[in-house]
Amino acid sequence: MQDIGQALGLALALVMSGDGDLFEIVALSLRVSLSAMAVACVIGLPVGALVAISRFPGRGSVLVVMNALMGLPPVVVGLLVYLHFSRSGPLGFLGLLYTPTAMIVAQTILIAPIVAALSRQVLEDLHSEYAEQFRSLALSRRHMVGALLWDARYSLMTVALAGFGRAVAEVGAVIIVGGNIDHLTRVMTTAIALETSKGELSLALALGIILLTIALGVNAAVQVLRQTGTRLAYV
Amino acid sequence: MSESTAIPLVREDARPAARSILPLEVRGLGLRFGETVVLDGLDLDLGPEGCTVIMGPNGVGKSLLLKLLHGLIEPCSGRISWAGQRPGAVTARQAMVFQKPVLLRRTVAANLDFVLRTRGLDRSRVPQLLDHVGLGHKADDPARRLSGGEAQRLALARALAIEPEVLFLDEPTASLDPASAHAIETIVRQARDRGVRIILVTHDVGQAQRLADDVVFLNRGRVAEKAPVDAFFPVPQSQAARDYLTGKLVF
Repeated sequence: MQDIGQALGLALALVMSGDGDLFEIVALSLRVSLSAMAVACVIGLPVGALVAISRFPGRGSVLVVMNALMGLPPVVVGLLVYLHFSRSGPLGFLGLLYTPTAMIVAQTILIAPIVAALSRQVLEDLHSEYAEQFRSLALSRRHMVGALLWDARYSLMTVALAGFGRAVAEVGAVIIVGGNIDHLTRVMTTAIALETSKGELSLALALGIILLTIALGVNAAVQVLRQTGTRLAYV
Repeated sequence: MSESTAIPLVREDARPAARSILPLEVRGLGLRFGETVVLDGLDLDLGPEGCTVIMGPNGVGKSLLLKLLHGLIEPCSGRISWAGQRPGAVTARQAMVFQKPVLLRRTVAANLDFVLRTRGLDRSRVPQLLDHVGLGHKADDPARRLSGGEAQRLALARALAIEPEVLFLDEPTASLDPASAHAIETIVRQARDRGVRIILVTHDVGQAQRLADDVVFLNRGRVAEKAPVDAFFPVPQSQAARDYLTGKLVF
């Protein structure tokens, strides 16, 4: 308990002191995870929508795979991305290993299946309501997907948030492809891992508290947005 | 809603340039779900104009017949021909208003704008269309906050906005108050007068008498009787229709 009290004090002191290194780490964490979330949404939402409105042989198997991919182990993803981006790998010529871009790629691979699988469920529920009307209007697949994504936008924010939560909290993938290089690829989770390994438990806990606070802030912002949407009765 | 609104809901030049999809010819139409036979060798011919009302006891397959004609479901047997074309090939030239309107989670105006945009039609007609169904003042309201009658009028405006050649109406005034039902009937009548072929399912005898040119009565999966409205109601020819109109045939 003494550690937690000490950590809280340290976390507050770190934030109040305006520590440049801390803000750099926080900023990079947000940049990497928000970018990964955005790219994962660009990939995952249309995939989720297409699967939601499509009926084809083997669809059940596709759903099983999609759902299973939500549990991708971050270290495995990190290792796969590492192998591709390492100098001898097929994408080694890009020189992306140990850069924030590699971290974004790894996190995107990690959370795109989450976005696709969860959005598929949300959109399939909505589509079951709209399907007959859509067929009556003879809508193209593109128009159906567009309408579903737009009308479910507030629910999909929660889906995006689930992806962000997974990205910002993971350490296995980013530490492998980013390398935890100070002032270059060090993010909150890798910094926590480093301080823990050094025995600086209070500092590690303090960083953890700041990370939790950030996650809480992002969630609260999305919640306010959702409630506003609900109040306007568009949902 | 003003009945004297001069602005036409369907443009005068709205008739498609393509060959008409009418008349309709249905032969030996069958539909079953497992052991339950809904339609059993139904034959039906409908001409190019007017309003046909389909009546019959609950569960006889009236709504399913509309969906079959609209291409929303496939029959188990038989043939539906819209001037030689399959229902699925002409769905885009028809529109359907369901008993319970399904509206998008957007504003009233955005619901209309959506269908006009997806069909590549003139989107500036939205205010005009809304005014015509008496919803001009609700344009910016969320569609899902409309009352039952308003929602049905919006669904009707959306159906007519795509300039259909055939309009299917599945009990559009069920559970609406008389004023809302009257408003719906007025719009339907105006659409028919402008050349839209109306096929309406209703249990409301008064509504059928007000709107129909002819009546198709279904019983036991087939057309038990088809007659002009002036002949059907005073002297129904089939025993099933007589029983239905006197309240003896409910299911």
